[in-house]
Amino acid sequence: MDFSLLEKVSNHEWRLPRSGAMRVPGVLYASQALIRDMDDAVAEQLRGVAELPGIVGAALAMPDAHWGYGFPIGGVAAFDPKEGGIISAGGVGFDIACGVRTLRTGLHEEDILARQGELADLLFARIPAGVGSTGMLKLNMKEMDRMLRGGAEWAVSAGYGEAADLSHAEEGGRMDLAEPDKVSDHAKKRQQAEMGTLGSGNHYLEVQAVDQVYEADAAVAYGLSPGAVVVSIHCGSRGLGHQVATDYGKRMVNEAARAKIKLRDRELAYAPLDSDLGQAYFGAMNAAINCALGNRQVLTHLARLAFAELFPRAALPLLYDVCHNTAKLETHVVDGKKRRLLVHRKGATRAFGPGHPSLPPDLRPAGQPVFIGGSMGTASYILAGTEEGMSRSFGSACHGAGRAMSRKQATKRWKGREVVEQLHRQGVEIRTTSFRGVAEEAPGAYKDVAEVVEATRAAGLARIVARVRPLVCVKG
Amino acid sequence: MGYNRAMAAPRYEHFHHKADIGVRGIGDTVEQAFAQAARGMFAVVCDLRRVRATAEVSVACSAPDLELLLVDWLSALLLEAGSRRMLFSRFSVLIHEQDGGFALSGAARGEPVDRERHRPRVEVKAATWAELAVGPLPDGRWVAQCVVDV
Repeated sequence: MDFSLLEKVSNHEWRLPRSGAMRVPGVLYASQALIRDMDDAVAEQLRGVAELPGIVGAALAMPDAHWGYGFPIGGVAAFDPKEGGIISAGGVGFDIACGVRTLRTGLHEEDILARQGELADLLFARIPAGVGSTGMLKLNMKEMDRMLRGGAEWAVSAGYGEAADLSHAEEGGRMDLAEPDKVSDHAKKRQQAEMGTLGSGNHYLEVQAVDQVYEADAAVAYGLSPGAVVVSIHCGSRGLGHQVATDYGKRMVNEAARAKIKLRDRELAYAPLDSDLGQAYFGAMNAAINCALGNRQVLTHLARLAFAELFPRAALPLLYDVCHNTAKLETHVVDGKKRRLLVHRKGATRAFGPGHPSLPPDLRPAGQPVFIGGSMGTASYILAGTEEGMSRSFGSACHGAGRAMSRKQATKRWKGREVVEQLHRQGVEIRTTSFRGVAEEAPGAYKDVAEVVEATRAAGLARIVARVRPLVCVKG
Repeated sequence: MGYNRAMAAPRYEHFHHKADIGVRGIGDTVEQAFAQAARGMFAVVCDLRRVRATAEVSVACSAPDLELLLVDWLSALLLEAGSRRMLFSRFSVLIHEQDGGFALSGAARGEPVDRERHRPRVEVKAATWAELAVGPLPDGRWVAQCVVDV
């Protein structure tokens, strides 16, 4: 990025000054090196976000910010509904509530290494992944609506998990304000065979071992110690979420044309939250969040069943479940006053600080866990939200490093089978339905997540609690 | 200057776009360009030569302009493919003016997903408005393109 666009506030905070139609400035949290590598397009997109009605504070970019549809990926923006604040489908993303959940296992790395190939094969057989995969659940329309209303709570009551899982997910595993009737029938049809599937692309299920602890108090609270094994599941709201995003994106663009609102970018189309269209999208989006939470809950159950076959004494309690692509109504303190704001996080993770009442008692003192996935076969990180982050970024952090090259470039450079072989030699077992897909996800195709995580820490947005390395990775 | 038959035939292309993929259809008519853009989109998922055109699905949509119509067409195809669990390789398109905008009636031909045979590599989540363009080329042919989110 052209540094002359920005004012340096500190080594990890940069300001895009208000100009033109911007209602607030832009703020980028990143190191100088990360800023240098960012496209100017990120600044352009932040300008567009900063122009939206009802925006509060600043249009924010996390250390992993890169170009997205309308909002940058790694973008955070909060709006006050009482001041005409808006909701934007582009500010949430196509994969509504894509996110990560991490389970503890009570096992040690050596336990896994003794049966690594077997575990990889078993998880690959049990976890539906890849294009055309079907889940074991076929929901009729009535059950679909229950799922959209109930999220992870629905899944647990249907036998896919434990009550204790719910307190360790954002919003207790269920968005109250979900409105299934605002989700189109064809979005529901698109989902009917996809419940409990992983998807493809950068979605995964990984078995990981802690290889470095940085913050002992939080690590103890999270049950992480060197060599401890965890399981992470990264996926979203599947076809239903993509369809909701498509349907409402189109409605917002059409509404903008009808109301003669000039949009800088169609993907930035919006509606006031306090409008019929805004409320309809909000209800549908919340239903899609429930779909993602329910989906990850079903996958959790399948992972537990697989583990039980090889490690019958292992319990897999849920550490936490975080979402990346959402717009949530939250209370934040701005200039000393409590305000109820709609916080859009697109490719950004909620990271509430210590003491936040929404956190379960065992996690509250340390702050909310945040899971930052590395690229396939590389280390991931577990962070903890901070008090400082609550005021700097509405309690938000990064979500993972962006791509360093296009998919086409990656498939030219690497062959999937060779990538799998190479990772096998490095001690990581990959199981995939598509070797070409694996080439597109090769470790070198992504930027270094360690740099992003360090900048997140240095900017005060989160603490780094532990680093985990992959042992098994299942991909679609 | 030779006549390059390969260049003249309707075709699709992919173009780089950040973390996602651009699809571009080129044809003698706007309808051919739309059909090729659809081929381009499904070619992101798998090798089209593996997809047998044994079943047909009808698709209809309308929009105020040709660009929005392209996104609607591709979105409708993703919906049909996703809900029917099919992949498509052949497309036919008819576009006519209607009510101050455009209406499309088309068909997609393909078959149910067979993971062994088709070896799909990645799902297309949505068609977007990024790099959206539909229009005539200097040589009189038509182009229809946009970025798809994978």
